[in-house]
Amino acid sequence: MGFENSFFARRYGITGRDLDQYLSEALARGADYADLYFEYVATSHISLDESIIKGATEGVSLGVGVRVVSGERTGYAYTDDLVPEKIREAARVAACIADAPAKVEKVGLQPVAAHKLYEVALAPTETSFKERAALVERADKAARAFDPRIFQVQATYADSLRHVMVASSDGALSVDRQPLARLSVTALARAGSGAPQRGYAGGGGRLPLDTFLTDKTPERYAREAARQAIVQLDAVEAPAGETTVVLGPGWPGILLHEAVGHGLEADFNRKGVSAFSGRIGEQVASPLCTVVDDGTIPSRRGSLNVDDEGAPTTRTVLIEKGILRGYLQDKLSSRIMGAKPTGNGRREGYQHIPMPRMTNTFLLAGESDPEEVIRSVARGVYCATFGGGQVDITNGSFVFSASESYLIEDGHITRPVRDATLIGNGPEAMRHVSMVANDLALDEGMGTCGKEGQSVPVGVGLPTIRIDCMTVGGTK
Amino acid sequence: MNSSVNNLEELAAGAVRLARELGATDAECTVSAGDEFTTNVRMGQVESLKESGSRGAGVRVLKGRRTGSSYTSDLSGEDVRRMVQAALDLASITSEDPHAGLPEPEELGRIDADLKLYNDDIASIEAARKIELARETERAALDFDPRITNSEGASFDSYTGQRVFANSRGFLGSFRGSQCSLSTVPVASQDNTMERDYWYSAARSLAALEKPVDIGRIAAGRVLRRLGARKVPTQKAAVVFEPRTARTLIEHIFEAVHGEAIYQQASFLAGKLDCRIASECLTVIDDGTLPGLFGSAPFDDEGVLTRRTPVIERGVLKSYLLNTYTARKLGLKTTGNASRGLAGNAGISHTNLFAGAGPLPPAEIVKNVRRGLFVTELIGFGVNIVTGDYSRGAAGIWIENGEFAYPVSEVTIAGNLGGMFTSIEAIGNDLEFRGSTAAPTILIGEMTISGS
Repeated sequence: MGFENSFFARRYGITGRDLDQYLSEALARGADYADLYFEYVATSHISLDESIIKGATEGVSLGVGVRVVSGERTGYAYTDDLVPEKIREAARVAACIADAPAKVEKVGLQPVAAHKLYEVALAPTETSFKERAALVERADKAARAFDPRIFQVQATYADSLRHVMVASSDGALSVDRQPLARLSVTALARAGSGAPQRGYAGGGGRLPLDTFLTDKTPERYAREAARQAIVQLDAVEAPAGETTVVLGPGWPGILLHEAVGHGLEADFNRKGVSAFSGRIGEQVASPLCTVVDDGTIPSRRGSLNVDDEGAPTTRTVLIEKGILRGYLQDKLSSRIMGAKPTGNGRREGYQHIPMPRMTNTFLLAGESDPEEVIRSVARGVYCATFGGGQVDITNGSFVFSASESYLIEDGHITRPVRDATLIGNGPEAMRHVSMVANDLALDEGMGTCGKEGQSVPVGVGLPTIRIDCMTVGGTK
Repeated sequence: MNSSVNNLEELAAGAVRLARELGATDAECTVSAGDEFTTNVRMGQVESLKESGSRGAGVRVLKGRRTGSSYTSDLSGEDVRRMVQAALDLASITSEDPHAGLPEPEELGRIDADLKLYNDDIASIEAARKIELARETERAALDFDPRITNSEGASFDSYTGQRVFANSRGFLGSFRGSQCSLSTVPVASQDNTMERDYWYSAARSLAALEKPVDIGRIAAGRVLRRLGARKVPTQKAAVVFEPRTARTLIEHIFEAVHGEAIYQQASFLAGKLDCRIASECLTVIDDGTLPGLFGSAPFDDEGVLTRRTPVIERGVLKSYLLNTYTARKLGLKTTGNASRGLAGNAGISHTNLFAGAGPLPPAEIVKNVRRGLFVTELIGFGVNIVTGDYSRGAAGIWIENGEFAYPVSEVTIAGNLGGMFTSIEAIGNDLEFRGSTAAPTILIGEMTISGS
């Protein structure tokens, strides 16, 4: 898409000359670098509870953020008003971070060659609300039809369409149109007068609405949520202590996000505060492990044509056969570290300063048969689904919460166990990976990652793997 | 400043009027405007500086018993009109909900007394002084001990803003708020391992912030005592939550008495009103009327008067926390806990939710523990409010015969919230407010600690 036809040029009459002027203003105090981030986001949200649609909301937010970098210092200001005097004022405020004679004469903006990972002609946000509302109603019916013990269902559909334009003083000008949608279902099950149990499932991505009618259907997620809730009715206490753990394919890839991914974000490593700092080239995982962050997979929730600094996303090998290979870079960190940018500079929106973030993070498939992995375990825990996770990047401790897991007894999956947190240490846990199966799956497209108060959509993926020793936080 | 508040009030009242003109049975409008400042200093150098303001408005309309909502960050006349029309259009795709509607007229109201939510000193201070405060805080931590070798920096953050709410039953209210905080994250190292920890102070006025040197030293002390941490063997033992972690237990109580979770039967406390659900030493109060505190406000996000609600009294569940909708669902009255961003049906939040102080100094509580974990940090999301199942990552200090023995990390603590609350054995006298939830030191008789 050329700049002249871009959303901001057409709708707000922004010209190349305007961008040059704003950037000159931002560089007027002698900074090394500046960028402008224009953002327009339209969102929709539909919620169903007790079989009726109780809420529908749509909205628009618009603004521009101006960032000025001088050495390792960043100045930032934004405005929710796109009139020239407001943008210039933001540029002047951000420029105060620098204090030297102006250096850059004229920027000479050139369009960036971006990927085409989500060419959705009609974004879900642009479709009729009736069609989208039908999705949550279908989910409700399917979850209730799954089993008479399902007594509560909540379904939520949400989408957004984000137009972004980044103009930077290194000459790069990028525009992107980023559709995103997700559908999620919560089901509660109860047997007789017993205690209720919950199941949760959903999916989405940068997709046309049709995908929810053909592949990522409401029925699929409704049945999955209902199934999980029913399974939990028979759950026994989870074991406590160190044991062998088998993680199933897909969403359990959150292991990599927490155990490895955050610790490899370049800002932490540039500052030397990560448990992985200064360990490039070292063995940090078993030789079976190759971990990749890839922002270029079509239609995925964590993918981007260009990152939020206007750089094309890439596929970055973080760990290759157990050896630490690289960090996730943004412009600031890559410049200071003298490293190649990886297109991982992301931000929640125009009010936020970008920083290195993950996109889609996963472990490459191995050669084992998934059945064989389970059969190899005499006693342990099999985790099929997880809730969220968290990591302390400095000491490496990470956790993730199993929401559907089972005991493994004599090589067989037996009884379901109640929710438990698993805890480990990033650089150590990955060394205990002793089997990697051939069934790599990416998650369904529901993940959101939080860092320093900013949320961004991400993806994870994993084949079935065996970890010889992890601490399981049960009660028995 | 006054004229801008008036403009925002006019905008909110105008949006409500417009919604009625365009066919809404009822309407409510929220407008918010604010300015933020944040700076981070690391290893003595300014790392980032951000200063800006933004505004936004949202409406919710009712057409009979159907609702629709929308919001916009563009407050020009045309966009406000578009927003109102969008909400009305959406009301045609939602369902008839017999419980939907605005609060009963007699519930609307506001506290007239000055809640001391806004202080001028935050807006008037120079950026250079804010940077200096952050710098002093970090320096105090770095200078504290040679083992403190690195830092994620120190931050000064501040926010001043206004919030306006209007509805078609004649309610129009607004208030200003301010807050600032000063925090630092030092990193300590020893034998090739690193630990980090943090400390902070937050207040509605600059004058009420704790001294930079005190914040820095406390943060430093906290990170140093984590060095050399080890796992402990898996066992059942006592767990002491210091105030910073005890607070999270109060947050779980909030999730469990949340009106939506109650009517959906998605809480282990659903149907337990007037039942004993905790040890007699636990009393939990939600109070939005406490001057100067972070959760205080003259009215909630539906225009209902805020108040003091005893949630748990001496172990007995006395009240859920409700908005108008969940109160109607349950045949109860709203507790003035409605909450929302700009648009949408009102959700629920606590105001200032805290556990009442007990008689014992925290040191006494620790002295009486034969064997257990003093928890200084919790990570992860392993709490299931439907069942009460609790399992979280923890770090802290091992207690042996009433004395701190050594630091512990990479363990989990697990139990069920129902059982944990009934086995609270002691509550400290060290209640203080660093946010909108607060708790003194809490001792739980026994939990499962998973380690090696």
